Amino acid sequence: MATMTYIEAIRSAMRDEMERDERVIVMGEDVGVKGGVFKATEGLQKEFGEMRVIDTPLAESAIVGVAIGAAINGLLPIAEIQFQDFIMPAVDQIVSEAAKIRYRSNNDFHVPMVVRAPFGGGVHGALYHSQSNEAMFCHVPGLKVVVPSTPADAKGLLRAAIRDPDPVLYFEHKRAYRLIKGEVPEGDEVTPIGTARVAREGADIAVFTYGLMTHFCLDAADKLAGDGFECEVVDLRTLRPLDREQIVASGRKCGKVLVVQEANLAVSVASEVAAIVAEECFEYLDAPVMRLGGPEIPGVPFSPPLEEFYMLTPAKIETALRKLAAY
Amino acid sequence: MAVTVTMPQLGESVTEGTIQQWLKQPGDAVERYESIAEVNTDKVNAEIPSPVAGTMGEHLVAEGAVVPVGQAICRIEGAEAGAEEGLTVAAEGAEPKDIVAAAPPPVEREPVAAAPAQKEADVAGVATPRDGMHLTPAVRMLAREHAVDVAQISGSGIGGRVTKKDVLEYVQRRDAGEIERPAAQPEPVGGVAARRAEIGAAPPPAQPPAPAPAPVAAGSDTLVPLTPMRRAIAEHMTRSVQTSPHAWTMVEVDMTRVARVRARRREEFKARHGVDLTFLPFVARAVVAALQKHPTLNATWSADGVVLRREINLGLAVALEDGLVVPVVKGADRLSMSGLALAAQDLTDRARAGRLRIEDVEGGTFTLNNAGALGTVMSQAIINQPQAAILVMDAIVKRPVVVDDDAIAVRSMMNLCISFDHRINDGLPAARFLRSVKETLESIDDSADLW
Repeated sequence: MATMTYIEAIRSAMRDEMERDERVIVMGEDVGVKGGVFKATEGLQKEFGEMRVIDTPLAESAIVGVAIGAAINGLLPIAEIQFQDFIMPAVDQIVSEAAKIRYRSNNDFHVPMVVRAPFGGGVHGALYHSQSNEAMFCHVPGLKVVVPSTPADAKGLLRAAIRDPDPVLYFEHKRAYRLIKGEVPEGDEVTPIGTARVAREGADIAVFTYGLMTHFCLDAADKLAGDGFECEVVDLRTLRPLDREQIVASGRKCGKVLVVQEANLAVSVASEVAAIVAEECFEYLDAPVMRLGGPEIPGVPFSPPLEEFYMLTPAKIETALRKLAAY
Repeated sequence: MAVTVTMPQLGESVTEGTIQQWLKQPGDAVERYESIAEVNTDKVNAEIPSPVAGTMGEHLVAEGAVVPVGQAICRIEGAEAGAEEGLTVAAEGAEPKDIVAAAPPPVEREPVAAAPAQKEADVAGVATPRDGMHLTPAVRMLAREHAVDVAQISGSGIGGRVTKKDVLEYVQRRDAGEIERPAAQPEPVGGVAARRAEIGAAPPPAQPPAPAPAPVAAGSDTLVPLTPMRRAIAEHMTRSVQTSPHAWTMVEVDMTRVARVRARRREEFKARHGVDLTFLPFVARAVVAALQKHPTLNATWSADGVVLRREINLGLAVALEDGLVVPVVKGADRLSMSGLALAAQDLTDRARAGRLRIEDVEGGTFTLNNAGALGTVMSQAIINQPQAAILVMDAIVKRPVVVDDDAIAVRSMMNLCISFDHRINDGLPAARFLRSVKETLESIDDSADLW
């Protein structure tokens, strides 16, 4: 096992997969010569050449559109969108094309493509470099959406996404890139898409979360443990399709449920998790299902105190957990 | 436009009310806020004001019916639309939306504190246990599965809610033999569940514990139907005795000085304040002073600790022909002798006239019962939950008493009896509290301020 940062694990997954399978290519703005604005693809062009690590124009619809075409023709493209905020021009390609081609062509074509995009705030990135737009894509049948929280899963999930025969959106929390370090297995470990991970076991409150918030929730759960409340923190890892079985199991076990996400709550992943709990765990509930997320305002503000207000923190999560514990 | 009026929430723990009398008959014109019905809850009587102006339509429930909070009780026709702030008015033909008639707003649940330091303050705000009616699905299921009577469990959740954890802990303690199993429960339930798990059998359909055979009025017996008040008293008294281990003690107080002061100052007091100077305000003042010195008597038990109540809200038990009610003198520690006398008189008058409002009977932190007015000399009262104690002032009787210089004198003696929750207080603080009341009363003299 090697200790890696979250971003090193992402890079390592791409390198390993490119070595393993020459059909894997990387494309995006500044991914080649520069090695990516966050250095996620650093060294890949040197190692694998300009034909497999392609610098593209600043045109997201083209990046994804070209990747779709390459995928249909037998390659395994990893398209990088520099910031998830800028994915909007590519939404038509992702939603109207990539998601639908297998269905539309009656299985004749499929799109084994990965779209990587950094998301999330807390980095003083302001409105256009801080968004968490995952929910929009979770609504779309034909897409898979994954968000790793640990370096091990960053690698394992990216491997799974590359090997998946259909389009997978791989969202990486940009604040986690160098903040989160962890052990990453040496071998060919794959994190299966559609499985959640119990990051901490407990029987009092089930906390469902993903991405950077997983770490915040674990911190908050430790605080409560001192007072005799054991939280079960479930890292969802895959946001579509959700691991219904694990959600139901933990929901029933604890009877109190908090869903935590950085994104605002309306019509979101948290909404879906809460709905599953309401449908499948009703008889076991000992408190109303609670959700905690960002406020319903159009963007993550730039001003530091306003950004602090916007972002969730372990302390805010702890407050919500205590409320639920006391209920 | 027609609107539907529903049974309002007439207090935080009130779940239902009895329509005592319709004040408006179908066809009667109704002004906004005009009373349309008299409602009898387990605590007080109230009138339901109309949320809108219009004409009384159909009565959806008959007089005498017990109606859960939120259920539709009548319709008001020809209501003016839109004008009612905070009310939803549904057009005739459309799905009728409920309108909750104007009522005291339900108490907002206080947020539970993040930090333990804030916790106590918040707990104090919500410490009143509810009547156990808020059971979550998990609690219901566990109670069914383990044949637990949830009423036997003291809740640790918000507002005294019985939580899943409470039930599980209770079952654990019961199965460990720490709690006596109900007599009608011959089979060890844990054993059944364990065996069921062993053989992988599906749980049997839920069986409610066999109820005790209901006594039936037979032959020449008369069955007196339970009034809401009777039921409430029965429930509160049973719950109190089951909740608090009651301990009891008594002191004798020499009220001769109080009686003398009272006799001399009575007319002056009446002329000045308009109410008769009874013994009650003397005792009430002494009690309030003593509670300030002994705050654990002005307290509430909770799973997290003993909540000392900052406010001293003195409940005064008032006997009625058909029951008992305990209106509360709020902020009794801030009232003068005349203030206490006036408040007591007002509450007693309104209690007897059935005109107490919900807020008059809520929030008590300590109860004083003037049973002596009925001639009793020694009383063992039941604590008014969730308070820590109840004090009874018994009758003042002239008795021969050995006084300090070993002489025998005729003195006006009164017994002060206290029932206290032994979870919160031991004999020592209770006795000190009584002694404090006693000393105040015995040391009063003509210089006492009766303002």
